[in-house]
Amino acid sequence: MKVAVFVKQIPDPTGVGRLDPATYLLVRDGAELVMDPGDANGVEAALRVVEANGGEVVAMTMGGERAAEVLRKAMAMGAGSALHIADDRLRGSDALATARVLAAAVKRSGCELVVAGTESTDGYTGTVPAAVAELLGWPSLTFAKALEVESGTVRIHRQTPAGHDVVESPLPAVVTVTGAINEPRYPSLRGIMAAKSRPLELLTVDDLGIPPGEVGLAAAGQEVISAAPAPERAAGELIEDDGSAARRIADYLAELKVI
Amino acid sequence: MGPILVVAEVAGGSPTPLTLELVSHARTLGDQVAVVVLDPDADSVLPALGAHGASQAYVGREMAFREHLGQPAAHVVSALVDRLHPSLVLFPGTQEGRDLAARVSARLQLPVLANALDVTSEGEAFLVRTAIFGATLDVVTRTKARSPLVLVRPKSFTARATGASPPKTEELLLPADAPLGARRLESVVAPSAGPGLEEAKVVVSGGRGMQEAANFEVLEHLARQLGGAVGASRAVVDAGWVPYALQVGQTGKTVKPDVYIACGISGAMQHLVGMKGSSHIVAINKDPDAPIFKLSDLGVVGDALKVVPALIEELRARGRT
Repeated sequence: MKVAVFVKQIPDPTGVGRLDPATYLLVRDGAELVMDPGDANGVEAALRVVEANGGEVVAMTMGGERAAEVLRKAMAMGAGSALHIADDRLRGSDALATARVLAAAVKRSGCELVVAGTESTDGYTGTVPAAVAELLGWPSLTFAKALEVESGTVRIHRQTPAGHDVVESPLPAVVTVTGAINEPRYPSLRGIMAAKSRPLELLTVDDLGIPPGEVGLAAAGQEVISAAPAPERAAGELIEDDGSAARRIADYLAELKVI
Repeated sequence: MGPILVVAEVAGGSPTPLTLELVSHARTLGDQVAVVVLDPDADSVLPALGAHGASQAYVGREMAFREHLGQPAAHVVSALVDRLHPSLVLFPGTQEGRDLAARVSARLQLPVLANALDVTSEGEAFLVRTAIFGATLDVVTRTKARSPLVLVRPKSFTARATGASPPKTEELLLPADAPLGARRLESVVAPSAGPGLEEAKVVVSGGRGMQEAANFEVLEHLARQLGGAVGASRAVVDAGWVPYALQVGQTGKTVKPDVYIACGISGAMQHLVGMKGSSHIVAINKDPDAPIFKLSDLGVVGDALKVVPALIEELRARGRT
């Protein structure tokens, strides 16, 4: 079976993010760009499905030229091929437009299972995978902390506030995974070398048959009108622990009448 | 203008607190507040929804809404939105709400805004406030669509009852040919992870800086001394140190206690959005540049594994066992 995995290149989440003051789009220049950490769990989960069932993992991303780096990383981990949807007209696309593009790419690829992270670590919207499922007319099994595919059936343990639900569906389907599902493998040197010769196909919106008017900033169903520093909390006190910090905290809790 | 439509959630025969927050706030956004409730227990929550301001309820009572993930609900909610043309649809920012909003968005080609902390009206449009980059930047977005879909974070609004009577109801039926999709076979409840993280007045939370799972015992001890609950960052939940029920943050719980004590938590954006509303924040972290210190009222640069046990001793000396 062919398994699609969505990956996204984002500014290093441990750094400080910036918005362009004119367009309110994320500034990518100058930031270190990495594969979204949540997507590494997705790649790992997809690889394990293929290792158990046979087939191939196809890594997919939508993004600028440099986004190819995360596809190479996915292939270095073990994905067999990659689709890169790169088109200047996609810049500023919202979650719905992104879902349209990815759904069209999945359809074109012939994959019958899609694995994605629960949400991106830069935007946190978390609606793209289920929207892709709806556009394809497929079930979605979200928040998986365990995933198993066997004879055409996909079964997950879905993280819930109380524990987990066992959820099942026939293929084709879309699954989103949490960070708890696995420990992603590191690309081996051999994997990195092999990734260089694996097929990476570049696609535009025209290749996917999507009207350009349906994607990009102009098609977005909303506009950002302001972005301002959040009101600062009252200036906090910062102390170095020289052995007296516990007393200071206890005094503070007493001031607040917690003790 | 169409009504404000609120998607209600039911848990244990009651509307969830977030549902009542949304219904209450919807009253400030439009004259007419309608709710859609899809659950076999729907009828039991109608009086509370009415009391908080819903004048009309669309009710689906079929088991499929509870047993199946997203698709049956998306089917009927999409049809309802298409028929009512609500001026705004508010979804609870929960796992279920997110799946549903995503599907309705795709089905009706309507944009969806996630993680809203505030929604106000501006003429025919709405202004939606979200916070990004570790809640350091407030972003305001203006809706353009006819029926914008907005996912709201818990505790963004206050639930207020008006004491109005139960809403008029109309039944929604799932068409026989509607795809049901993924099915819940079983719900497994993990052993109780301590009472009321979301209600606790004091939350003691731990992150990677606690070094290993066993060290959460000292946090439990401190929480007991303070009559509080233990929370955790996503990193340690993903590492399997503590159950997901303890997770505070974007994909976990939103807490607003009187005092939040962050131990060995650097303050990833994912975590900050879940605790930023705490009245007072104490942070203990080795890294003086940790983002958590930007939010803390009292920050301690130090090793949580030393400071927390010392604090337990100090509280014991002050009569807190």
